[in-house]
Amino acid sequence: MIQSYGWPSVQFLIQGLWWTVGLSLVTFVCGGVLGLIFALGRSLGPRWLRLLIAGYIQLVQATPLLILLFLAFYGLSFLGFFFPPFAAAAISLTLYTTAFLADIWRGCIEAIPKAQWEASDSLALTGGQTLRYVILPQALRIALGPTVGFMVQVVKNTSVTALIGFVELTRAGQLLNNMTFQPFHVFLTVALMYFALCYPLSLWSEKLKEQKSASLAH
Amino acid sequence: MAYSMDFAPVIARAPDLVSGAINTVVLSAEAIAIGLTIGLCVAIARFSGPNWCRFLGACYVEGFRNTPLLVQLFLIYFGLPYTGIKLDADQAAIFAVSLNLGAYSTEIFRAGLVAIPKTQIQAGLALGMSHIQVMRYVVLIPALRIIYPALTGQLTLTLLGTSIVSAISAKELTMAGATIESQSFRSLETFLVVAAIYICITFAFRFVYWLIGLWLFRRKTPTGSATAGLMLDMQETRS
Repeated sequence: MIQSYGWPSVQFLIQGLWWTVGLSLVTFVCGGVLGLIFALGRSLGPRWLRLLIAGYIQLVQATPLLILLFLAFYGLSFLGFFFPPFAAAAISLTLYTTAFLADIWRGCIEAIPKAQWEASDSLALTGGQTLRYVILPQALRIALGPTVGFMVQVVKNTSVTALIGFVELTRAGQLLNNMTFQPFHVFLTVALMYFALCYPLSLWSEKLKEQKSASLAH
Repeated sequence: MAYSMDFAPVIARAPDLVSGAINTVVLSAEAIAIGLTIGLCVAIARFSGPNWCRFLGACYVEGFRNTPLLVQLFLIYFGLPYTGIKLDADQAAIFAVSLNLGAYSTEIFRAGLVAIPKTQIQAGLALGMSHIQVMRYVVLIPALRIIYPALTGQLTLTLLGTSIVSAISAKELTMAGATIESQSFRSLETFLVVAAIYICITFAFRFVYWLIGLWLFRRKTPTGSATAGLMLDMQETRS
């Protein structure tokens, strides 16, 4: 039966929107934790660890997210587990996000002048204290803008999980399109919802970058 | 039960994978050519056009940067026929990927245009350089050099983003992989091979960018990782 496009359709899309938000949050938190560990290992670890993490970052950044997703969803069943779409989506998005955040944050840690390390050394701070009180707070200020900018990418990347059948916003749009045959209205609404989610983040990211530029100017 | 890998059914379909890979390269190259042209035009319009031009440019850039490529693709492929414009899958794919890259490259080009101070242009003119020389040696090449890592990083993301157009069954590598997977049921092997091919294509493209950089700037210029675009403003403030 062909439904008409109306308020119930929008409510259906809003349910999908919540799953998009949820998946984005899970991905960002897991990817953030792993990314921080990887960033520290990449910039401060022993040589073999640096090479290992650099290799991971290079490989993941040269593979399409969709292929990672297919590998997790169809491919990992050889381990004997069946991954439901949400788990496969969360795992592959986390791997992807980790590679990008680790790369961004490594850049931020390495942007802190070497003199800061030497000064901390001469003040007899331990390695941990140097990181905690000197390096990371300064790196955080540089990192905020690009990180919030990357959150926009995280939200948009969750749309790809529609292709393994996880019902988030884009998949909800596809389903609704199959019911209503109103693709223009449906996907325009979907696009507007993504925009409403991402645009504030983009604005915030720009603002953070401007603040940082201003603070470096004097 | 241990799983034993069997690549034979995938290797047997190598011709499909090769033609898929070629389609991906062609699609990316076309989208890069069209997308960068759009980006340059919109960047100039946003930089020096009248107010309505700037407003339209901003709408385009923000609209495409804040919605997923997949939704743009569905809107163009399924939605546009509603308004009377009918595109086949391959055309819709090129159209969507180019417009997407156009929006991102607009911002990158704009950063390059802003990065050259006016005084530098005046200095060039004061040294007796012609306008064309100033444009070439003082504005374009140095600006391009500043944005080169961000630009090449974005081009890499675009190349990898083309895998998404398999969702509307446009012919490219991911589509070829999905077809092989559905016929051989060797999912892990198929997608591992496809991933390896993507990695090779990406590094080949990055090598080409590196060569172009060498030729353009007469010195070694870093090509960007995929995160370079996000770090663009950082580099500006640092240099």
